Amino acid sequence: MEQKLELDHKKVELARETAGNIADQLHSWISDYTTTTIERAAARLLGIDGVDDAGVPLANIMVEKLQQAGRLESGLVPWLACAIKARDESPQKVAEGLSRGEFKVTDIPQASEETNREIADKLALEAATEIRSTRGKREQMMQVAAKPNKPLLYVIVATGSVYEDAVQARAAALQGADVVAVIRHTGQSLLDYVPYGPTTEGFGGTYATQENFRIVREALDEAGKETGRYIQLVNYASGLCMPEISVMGAVERLDMMLNDAMYGILFRDINMMRTFIDQHFSRMINAYAGILINTGEDNYLTTADAYEKGYTVVASQFINEQLALRSGLVEEQIGLGHAFEINPDMEDGLLMEIAQAQLSRDLFPRSPLKYMPPTKHITGDIFKTYLVNGMFNLVSVLTGQEIQLLGMPTEAIHTPYISDRYLSIANGQYIFNNARHLGEEIILKENGKIQARAAYLLDQACDMLQEIEKIGLESALEEGYFGDIKRPVKGGKGGDGVIKKDESYYNPFIDLFMNGSLSS
Amino acid sequence: MDVDYSQVKPYGDTLNDGAVQVSFTLPVPPGDEAKEAARQVALKMGLETPAVTEMADLKAGFSFFVVYGHCKHTVDYSAIKIPKREQEVMSFQEINDFVKDKLGRKVVVVAACTGSDAHTVGIDAIVNMKGYAGEYGLERYSEIEAYNLGSQVPNADLLAKAVELNADAVLVSQVVTQKNIHLENLTQLVELAEAEGLRDNVLLICGGPRITQELAIELGYDAGFGPGTLPNHVASYIVSELARRENIKE
Repeated sequence: MEQKLELDHKKVELARETAGNIADQLHSWISDYTTTTIERAAARLLGIDGVDDAGVPLANIMVEKLQQAGRLESGLVPWLACAIKARDESPQKVAEGLSRGEFKVTDIPQASEETNREIADKLALEAATEIRSTRGKREQMMQVAAKPNKPLLYVIVATGSVYEDAVQARAAALQGADVVAVIRHTGQSLLDYVPYGPTTEGFGGTYATQENFRIVREALDEAGKETGRYIQLVNYASGLCMPEISVMGAVERLDMMLNDAMYGILFRDINMMRTFIDQHFSRMINAYAGILINTGEDNYLTTADAYEKGYTVVASQFINEQLALRSGLVEEQIGLGHAFEINPDMEDGLLMEIAQAQLSRDLFPRSPLKYMPPTKHITGDIFKTYLVNGMFNLVSVLTGQEIQLLGMPTEAIHTPYISDRYLSIANGQYIFNNARHLGEEIILKENGKIQARAAYLLDQACDMLQEIEKIGLESALEEGYFGDIKRPVKGGKGGDGVIKKDESYYNPFIDLFMNGSLSS
Repeated sequence: MDVDYSQVKPYGDTLNDGAVQVSFTLPVPPGDEAKEAARQVALKMGLETPAVTEMADLKAGFSFFVVYGHCKHTVDYSAIKIPKREQEVMSFQEINDFVKDKLGRKVVVVAACTGSDAHTVGIDAIVNMKGYAGEYGLERYSEIEAYNLGSQVPNADLLAKAVELNADAVLVSQVVTQKNIHLENLTQLVELAEAEGLRDNVLLICGGPRITQELAIELGYDAGFGPGTLPNHVASYIVSELARRENIKE
């Protein structure tokens, strides 16, 4: 792709290299730790599902009991392998028996490491094969489906009832949406477990549950069949259960996951170590399952000023990219995010938006960039909002964005009605079609306002990355570098779920997901 | 123009023409019958001579309509009375000076998004140092001690913090309004405050995109702030109201 901004290549390399160093600093300790949700994810991968009479997931019960018995330092897998052998039962049966109190963690005799690995590796390989076959199914379905135009039309549904979500998702798909995200219940990010079963009454969305994933997947597959297209399904692998939600998504063939490396720390006040450890394993699962991730840089500009702090988005994109690459994701799977949030009253604000959007494009040429609609300056004036969203759509098609989260005319009023979504899709379709090749026809003026703004953003991002490299990302987050939000290293929720691994720790999925096979 | 304020109706291009536009969706497939159904809906809304100017296929058995018509109803504008806050809006500097001169102590404000609401954009705009649209947030005021507890704070925790800090004012922001969850949550906060005997000791203030002064009063709050509110609007209210309650003459 033609580079429109005439960026200083040395600067770009420097930024990428610096972000790489920042990611390496984190990775100097990330693999020394596991977390309760990573171990629960391993349990789920090995087939443990369901809840007890009180609605507590069996994966949580097992991990809690192991933690109380001081066994989590070696991971869940070795103990589970011992239990499978000792009781001659499936993982699910072991989990059920343990939850009913039929036996205790300490009742299971230790087996040799080789025996454990043999049992665990066999089950892990089966699970991995299953995920690969789901991935294969997606690839095959996409192959035969009509190729969608870019930017993809991405809409959200958020009724609070999964059955109503399925109706709305299907309607959106039939209206032309390429991607449907089911908005998650606002409270879920802080739950240290994954709810079970279908959600019929949620606020601001439904829970991310495996059953909810399945229901909407089915609705979208039907709509896809009717229209000869493949409709992508999105949910949120974020909060306190990032890896577990990734597992569910891998099983139920979700296509995209909101999966940011720092979002939980900044916007949900989740413990820093917990998030960095969780995002790594969560992203490994997404990588292996062929799921495309969306990062959350757009959010910074809802709490910080989009014009003054535009460079923080760029810096974060570099960091998110480097962390994602270290979890096995390829560039084509890293849907870096950014947002259209400059105050619409600002003179030449559109030029500044074009600069920021084009900069993202030029810096990350292979990333399926996800562009987010204006929200911060949107009021109840639906007519103005519709126009602002049209400008956003124009910037998107002009600068080659790939995933367009469509702005809703009723943003700041209510979660979208069916007609709001229709009008947004019509807006996107009209502008994307009408201006399809505009970007190819336009050359940006040398050292003009747009090029100058982009160069300035890159400079600032570079400086910021170099500062972060010096003090470390943890300190940068403490000092409020991103989104003007300060988070203490030891603060936040979920810190008690971080566990230092000992030498006997074993989790076959790390090898499987990172290397495609087991090393031993 | 000779408007009769006791009988006001919408205006298009001629006084009392009642011209309005509405748009809505019906759960029926598009077609002549659907168009007629939309026209009848408009008639029942009180629109005379409705014209369906657009019918769009939303698929999956839904149709979308744009309708123009002439509203037959009138309202008595002259009889409307809306409760309003009457104090003047002061500037950042004026507010700090006012607190120093009239109150002679720091004003303590505790703020949060309570319940399941995770959207801090409103509370951050009012409280955080940076503020919004060029107006500094409450944290920046030298004479105000502001605490932003963030999102998803249980109502009980917000009140506990208010007691601990001996707060003068409690700000609660509600952005998510789906199925009126904000009303339930706001009501619960008032009830809790009353049950704990705190209600009369603090100014209870709510804010959010769907909050009005009228709604706030109805729910039992001292004040409510809607879209377009800036930090100094809230601060002006708090300090003036505190002065009023402490019987300090301006």
